[in-house]
Amino acid sequence: MIDTSYIGHRLPAFSAEVEMGRLRFFAKAIGQTDPVYTDEAAALAAGYAGLPVPPTFLFCLEMEAPNPGALRELLDIPIAKILHGEQRFTYHAPCHAGDVLTFEQRITDIYAKKGGLLEFIVRQTKVTNQHGQHVADLNGITVVRHG
Amino acid sequence: MDKLAQLNVGDALPAFSTAPISRLTLALYCGASGDHNPMHVDSDFAKAGGSPDVFAHGMLSMAYLSRLLTQWVPQQQLRDYGVRFVAITQVGDVITCSGTVTALFEEAGERRARLSLQTTNQHGQLKLTGDAVIALS
Repeated sequence: MIDTSYIGHRLPAFSAEVEMGRLRFFAKAIGQTDPVYTDEAAALAAGYAGLPVPPTFLFCLEMEAPNPGALRELLDIPIAKILHGEQRFTYHAPCHAGDVLTFEQRITDIYAKKGGLLEFIVRQTKVTNQHGQHVADLNGITVVRHG
Repeated sequence: MDKLAQLNVGDALPAFSTAPISRLTLALYCGASGDHNPMHVDSDFAKAGGSPDVFAHGMLSMAYLSRLLTQWVPQQQLRDYGVRFVAITQVGDVITCSGTVTALFEEAGERRARLSLQTTNQHGQLKLTGDAVIALS
C-alpha cells in the first residue's frame, strides 16, 4: 500500500524553458499540420505572441523536472505498474516559445479501489510564467496496478 | 465566427481519424514529449513487465484529441480540457477523435460552450472520454 501520509506532500519546484524546436518536434509527433504550431510568422499573424504551447504540452514540460521519476521514487512505485488514469488542464493565460515556466507539484490524494488491487495518486501542478503570472493548473491521476 | 454564434447543444465537431499508430509514432512521441517510459517503446521491457507488447501513451491520444479542438477554435479560446483514459490504445489502432456540444452557458463574463469528447479505435472501442470548455466570444 502506498503511504497515504504523503497526501499534501509538495515536490521541489522547478523551471523549464519552452523551446521552439521542441514545439516543432511535438507538432510532428502528434500529426499537427496547422502552421500556427510550427511557423512563428503564421503564429504571429494569427494573433499569438509567439509559437503557442499546444494544449497538452505543459504535461511534457512537467517531465523536465531534474528527476522526472521523483514521485515514483518517493512512493516506491515500479514504472511497469503505472497507468495514466486521468489528466486535466485549466488554462488561465497563453504560453509561448521562449517562456520559462515554473512547475509546483503537490500530491493531493492517494486512495485504493478493488481491495487495494488498484491504487490512485492524484497530483496537482500549478504553472507560473517568468512574469509570475499563474498560467495554468494541471490535475493528473496515476493508477498503480498490483497483481 | 458565425459558426460559434449559431452553435446549438448537440452540434458535432468535425471528426477525424489518425493514421494507424506505429512503433515509429510511439518513438517520435517518446522523444518529442519527453515521456521516456520504456513501456511505450521497448517491447522487451514491456513483456518483462507483464504486458503483451508496447502500448500507446495516453497523452498521445489526448494530444490527438486536442487537435479536434484547435482545428475548430483558436487555442486562445480553450479554457479547460480534461480526459479519462478508459482503455489502452494499442499499436496498429486507428484513432477517431469526435466531440459534441453539451451545454452553452455564461461564466467569467464570457459565453462558453462545454464539449463532450472521445476517441475510439477502428473497432469502435472507446479509449478516451473527455470534456472541454471553450469561450465563444
